[in-house]
Amino acid sequence: MTEVRAEMVANVWKVVAAAGDTIADGDTLVILESMKMEIPVLAEGAGTVARLAVAEGDVIQEGDLIAVIE
Amino acid sequence: MLASVLVANRGEIALRVIRTARRLGIAAIAVYSEADADLPFVSEADDRVLLGPAAPAESYLNGAAILAAARRTGARAVHPGYGFLAENAGFAASVIDAGLTWVGPPPAAIEQMGDKINARNLVERAGVPVSPGSRQAVPDVTAALAEAERIGYPVMIKAAGGGGGIGMSAAADPEQLRAGFGTARSRAERFFGSPAILLEQFLAASRHVEVQILGLADGRVIALGERDCSVQRRHQKVAEETPSPGVGPQLRSAMLAAAVRAGEAVGYRGAGTVEFLVDEPAQRFVFLEMNTRLQVEHPVTELVTGIDLVEQQFRIAAGDQVSFDPASVASRGHAIELRVYAEDPRRFLPSPGTIGEWAEPAGPGVRVDAGYAAGNTVTPFYDPLLAKLCVHGADRDQALDRARSAVTGFVITGLKTNLPFHAELLASAQFASGAYDTSIIDRMRAS
Repeated sequence: MTEVRAEMVANVWKVVAAAGDTIADGDTLVILESMKMEIPVLAEGAGTVARLAVAEGDVIQEGDLIAVIE
Repeated sequence: MLASVLVANRGEIALRVIRTARRLGIAAIAVYSEADADLPFVSEADDRVLLGPAAPAESYLNGAAILAAARRTGARAVHPGYGFLAENAGFAASVIDAGLTWVGPPPAAIEQMGDKINARNLVERAGVPVSPGSRQAVPDVTAALAEAERIGYPVMIKAAGGGGGIGMSAAADPEQLRAGFGTARSRAERFFGSPAILLEQFLAASRHVEVQILGLADGRVIALGERDCSVQRRHQKVAEETPSPGVGPQLRSAMLAAAVRAGEAVGYRGAGTVEFLVDEPAQRFVFLEMNTRLQVEHPVTELVTGIDLVEQQFRIAAGDQVSFDPASVASRGHAIELRVYAEDPRRFLPSPGTIGEWAEPAGPGVRVDAGYAAGNTVTPFYDPLLAKLCVHGADRDQALDRARSAVTGFVITGLKTNLPFHAELLASAQFASGAYDTSIIDRMRAS
């Protein structure tokens, strides 16, 4: 199980993946937006999305949980 | 002169406009979002109005709320700064319709230059060189592929309604064009509310040089020298200087004359900037776009000319003469601006956070336009610009020396800033030599 956490304070612009999705290494899970820049959050390794902890429009802090990959 | 002005912006530019207004005896009114309540521009204004929540759509892009604030405070004029509503012709018109003075160009000039395709066609007719590119919007991928064949690869894909480098990408071949076109369209729609796309020939190894113009109250358009803005990351400027090390006297006078013609073509009033791409070896240039507003990097022009551009904006908006003789503008020495961003200095990723210590450098030729102070929180809602560190020297070498000391003397703790990048830039042989182009940062990061 891998936890994907936010590297910075940001707004969640788009949630690309959904719980239950099968994903490959490098797939985009969500797209964050901070300071007018889009920052894609990518899967580091293949697996299944067990949980998506954010919704579009959320403001997340550094270290907040974004997704859990199994 | 104007009695009062509402500054419809935030951060460093709001503070900078407020200071000139107050020096001229114009009462300055700040508007702000909930996220910015503690910033210096709010406390330094003579009056202040809370617009709403942090999201730009609910605050700095909320034209109705800004006009309501102007009515409530009795503001006689609106200064838009840059970004947000500065190049929104509809907002400019609504300010004028409300009986207020718009400290900016006529709405028609904003509209004509805001559509990049229209702007290209218009300045070309006025005798300004343009690169091979679209004369109308490119509707789909098939049309884009045909257009790129006509123009010749590599091409730059751009949003016709865009700016600030957002949504731009280069394509070296049909495959890259196919991939880039969709992304460019969705970004254009999202950021600029219009999916219209244009293609332009992409000039690798070019310099990005722009000319400051002023449209005077009597209708004359004058040029106040150029600024070299070739130091960019993600097509966004990081450092600027004037004069440009890559522009010789002949090229300079041709560019200044072309910029004046572009301004005249739209009946320009106030401060504006005409951007060009320069092929340095050939000493040739093509029109890129016109920004119908005050530019972020305007201080370098102010440092070498001694002219306060915001003061001229107020004077022109009020129908007055400018404060200097337009026929004899002298430029002295060399000036450099370094944009201090809240971002990591390696990958340039955003780094919001709370500022611990904030100590600005001082000394001969050093000017800092800051938007923040110790204890302020830098939020993710707006652009990452914390401050502009500007230096002036008798020549480029002295300006570089002063910039190096000033970067070392600027202390900001609590979040990551690109100050270490600026130290690296000033130490690099490429930048020090002056022989660089728009790919200087890519080259620095590749090595």
